[in-house]
Amino acid sequence: MAAAAAAFTNTVFGLIRAYITVAAIGAAGGELAGYSAAQGVTYAFLAQALIGPVHIFGWNELAERVKTGDVAVDLARPVDPQLAFYAADLGRAAYSLIPRGAPPMLVGAAVFGLALPNTPLPYLFGAVSVVLAVSVSFACRWLANLSAFWLLDVRGVTILYVLTAGLLSGHLLPVHWFPGWLATLAHATPFPSMIQTPIDVITGRIQGTEAVTALGIQAFWLVAMLAIGRVTFARGARKLVVQGG
Amino acid sequence: MADQLAQWWRPYRELIGSRVRSQTAYRRSFALDVLGSAAVGVVEFAEVYIIFSNVDALGGLDFAGVALIFALANLAFSLADLVVGHLDELPRYLRTGTLDAFLLRPLPVLAQLVTSDISLRRLGRTAVSMIILAIALPLNDIDWTAGRIVLVGVAPIAGAAIFAALFVCAGAVLFWLIEGAQFSHAFTYGGNYAATFPASIFAMPMRVFFTFVIPSAFVAYLPTLVLLDLPGPPGLPQWLGWCTPLAAVGIWAIALLSWRAGVRHYTGAGS
Repeated sequence: MAAAAAAFTNTVFGLIRAYITVAAIGAAGGELAGYSAAQGVTYAFLAQALIGPVHIFGWNELAERVKTGDVAVDLARPVDPQLAFYAADLGRAAYSLIPRGAPPMLVGAAVFGLALPNTPLPYLFGAVSVVLAVSVSFACRWLANLSAFWLLDVRGVTILYVLTAGLLSGHLLPVHWFPGWLATLAHATPFPSMIQTPIDVITGRIQGTEAVTALGIQAFWLVAMLAIGRVTFARGARKLVVQGG
Repeated sequence: MADQLAQWWRPYRELIGSRVRSQTAYRRSFALDVLGSAAVGVVEFAEVYIIFSNVDALGGLDFAGVALIFALANLAFSLADLVVGHLDELPRYLRTGTLDAFLLRPLPVLAQLVTSDISLRRLGRTAVSMIILAIALPLNDIDWTAGRIVLVGVAPIAGAAIFAALFVCAGAVLFWLIEGAQFSHAFTYGGNYAATFPASIFAMPMRVFFTFVIPSAFVAYLPTLVLLDLPGPPGLPQWLGWCTPLAAVGIWAIALLSWRAGVRHYTGAGS
């Protein structure tokens, strides 16, 4: 039920966003930064379909566990907490892929028609890219949640994270449309690896060595953010005092 | 008469006062929340800015025109969000049995729900939209008649009433769809998103939907057509821009009826 409701909302936003995209591309004379109207629409619906699996919006399960002290249980378990949460997040993403992804794509195809490649290779690379996107997103959310070790209330951090991720990932509009300074800023962060890169790969906008390079950049951000997350978690856990037993 | 009114208002004043005090008790935390809310407005406007860094017009309006629509819509939405934005948390009230307590008190349930969580932090977003409005108004070439001056004052208030009614409708639906808070977002946040862009960009069915079913075009786009003296797209004549208060009354009638149906449908949390 919750998944159906979310998919419905993702689809409604997809429709609004698709019309905005079409209007902008039309005003630009039929093509904007390499996007035809059909490609722009495809981008809008893919971005909506990826919201669920990549989970770019709020996630504060870990922050809550730090706040309530439940994280002590995670520390006592004989598994690495970060890897355990990572595994659970991959499972969550796999489960939400079809229920959250299919409705926006089907409605997009029915109302506008989508521009998707006919060859298998982009989808193969795309599948790898989506897994990496989910992973980079997890590593970043993990890090943002760790602020709960130092802050009493993480709502401000959560809001700022959601906003930054929503804009710089390319969720609202393709990063290729950004003015130069904003595009440079976006590419200096892991956020484009969450939405822009997987869509570029799936739609075949980047292919061959370019696609492999893009996957490499995603992998780089994944390793970097996981490593920073590990160090930060260790530091936070050292200063953590949980009362009661 | 004045005495009676003061008498009627007193419990609400106490409730709202207590909410205001509790939210501002931790100054730094509150400041961060206001900042976060302001950032929402800034990022939403970034979308308009990015589009206009590529093109000169959208849906027949230039940057100044779309900025005006954005400011009017966001101002209206932030005010509604401030007062009733928490109604989509109704399932939490239902599950914890708080609503049962509300039903026992001698005040209307909706009024108690509204006053239970006025979110002052959302003033951050109100401030951002007012700044954009103050910049966008002089940027546009507006022939200021008395009617247009009234309209620019009335539109945000009537628009806020429209969004507030949408929140109440969404809350009413949640009496049936306990897990459906996300579903209601399609109409509240979706209505806001649709309202911040010219309705002329939508194909006919969508345009009719976001005007006469979810009246979000009445919030900003239609009043802007009047302010700039522009002809509307097919299906939306300019004079509709004067009808925002009527649209607000209409959607409120539906909201109150559905709310009443929702409360009657509710049979208790078993607490």
